[in-house]
Amino acid sequence: MSLEIENDNDELINERLISQTDEGEQKLAHREIIMTGGLWPEDVTDETMVVNMGPQHPSTHGVLRLMAELNGEIVLDAKPIIGYLHTGMEKTGEELTYVQGCTNVTRMDYASPLSNELVFSLAVENLLGIEVPTRATWARMMLVELNRISSHLLFQATNGMDIGAVSMMIYGWREREEVLRLLEKITGLRMNHNFIRVGGIAADLHDGWKKDVLEICDIVEKGVIQYNNLLTDNPIFKERMIGVGVISSDQAIALSATGPILRSTGYAWDLRKEQPYLAYDQVDFDVITTPNGDVFDRYRIRLYEILESIKIVRQCVEQMPKGDYRVQDKKVTPPPRSRIDESMEALIHHFKLFTEGFKVPAGETYVAVESPRGEIGCYLVADGESKPLRMHVRGPSFYNLQSMVPMMKNRYFADAVAVISSVDPIMGEVDR
Amino acid sequence: MNSLANNLSEQFSEATYVDSHGQDVFYVTKESYKSIVQFLKDKCDVNMCIDVTAADFLTANQREQISGVEQTRFHLVSNFISHKRNERIRLIVPIDEHDTTVDTISDIFPGANFAEREVYDMFGIVFTGHNDMTRILMPDEWEGFPLRKDDPAARIPVNFSDDIARAGEK
Repeated sequence: MSLEIENDNDELINERLISQTDEGEQKLAHREIIMTGGLWPEDVTDETMVVNMGPQHPSTHGVLRLMAELNGEIVLDAKPIIGYLHTGMEKTGEELTYVQGCTNVTRMDYASPLSNELVFSLAVENLLGIEVPTRATWARMMLVELNRISSHLLFQATNGMDIGAVSMMIYGWREREEVLRLLEKITGLRMNHNFIRVGGIAADLHDGWKKDVLEICDIVEKGVIQYNNLLTDNPIFKERMIGVGVISSDQAIALSATGPILRSTGYAWDLRKEQPYLAYDQVDFDVITTPNGDVFDRYRIRLYEILESIKIVRQCVEQMPKGDYRVQDKKVTPPPRSRIDESMEALIHHFKLFTEGFKVPAGETYVAVESPRGEIGCYLVADGESKPLRMHVRGPSFYNLQSMVPMMKNRYFADAVAVISSVDPIMGEVDR
Repeated sequence: MNSLANNLSEQFSEATYVDSHGQDVFYVTKESYKSIVQFLKDKCDVNMCIDVTAADFLTANQREQISGVEQTRFHLVSNFISHKRNERIRLIVPIDEHDTTVDTISDIFPGANFAEREVYDMFGIVFTGHNDMTRILMPDEWEGFPLRKDDPAARIPVNFSDDIARAGEK
């Protein structure tokens, strides 16, 4: 097939191409494209094209930019380019005290902020050598699981829309809204809660929380069954996803991919099971794996993980211990409001805590937990001051992005959108 | 000391073992870093490089004194995990201020590729042998390394268009 572009000076056609706008007459350049039929020339394989996608592309979930080398419609190579959301949060973390630190890290992975708060708090507690009360541990676990549900619902919504099941966007958002409403009731904010703090949680669970939480579990469960009916056996949906963006276990491990991406290849690795933190060794849940490692499997894994999280949340409601929700250490926990009016000491502690913060002995530690996207870790270096010398967060999305390249290679460029969606990167965490 | 740490200390006697809050940490020299990582992968079932990062101790108020480890400005910190043994290990490479080059491990663990680029971008530690040693988060033309302690926050003032317009009036 050859492509010819001819300039025709036919006045009649030119007149037809003048369009009337608010700004007066607009003359359009006249170009006629004549396409003649025939076979593709054979040397077309020698020519590749580099195409840029993003950073403002709606399916890139933020500001991911992708450079793809194409041969026709086939992706030969791809390179994710990041940094468009880089706001120096690790540098900011060095300027904030340990008390303020949670407000910073919670803004990294904005779809699952409680995981970030949890990992930061655990790291500081590890350096301080304090142990939080059991009620705080269980409440943290319940909150993180609720957050995992809301994060996976967000994935279901956006994934559905990226694949073409546009109504999924509304359904996913519907249930997510309910979960966020509950989180707002518990923590005071819909996102960026700053609720899990060093030494416990910010406030006790509200009166009647058990009823609220169980209600949400029922609503989400009903929703998941609906999604399952709507999508999992939907032939169009399956046609679009099965066999697309395949990655093997070996590739995923070599590229440091964790979370649903690794588990979708049939490799059962979940930190909640393998290296239990909080009280995950005391609850009953399953690690979901699927064998194929394609886009469809990553969708299924996240759908069924919602059900497992509901299972954990229900057990948390059942087994929530009574007692204190934060550690009674005057150096770490602010005194109750009523004590400040009565006691000079309490006032001093309160003042010191919120101006200077508490000091952490010199040392370094790395703590990891399983966030909805994989292993999120916090590497903390303390130098005996009230601010960390270095605060680094290992964002799972940052590493998972690398696994996108083998998923896309030698596939159609149209599948790239499905692949990006299935990796579920949160750019706030990638760029930090 | 977990079995990974045992294996490593048997093979490399010059690596200094430290128990850091219940975690197994080895201080290793720049020269032996890559061979130790290769050894961990080949002989000790370490299959994933979890994280590579660095720390700048220029303004450190207080530092842990570890015998046999010289106190340099930078620490290169890499975390590894062995799924088979379900154990973690951390290697720390002290890096001198005047020679910030170190061997890459991205050919052993390809997952370290982005992480090493980030360390280069933020600290100016150059990984020799890395296939794409470019900035990753900052713009390519950026000068300086943001997470170094002598690169203060808000070093470059932000010009708002309003200010520029007002400056023009004067």
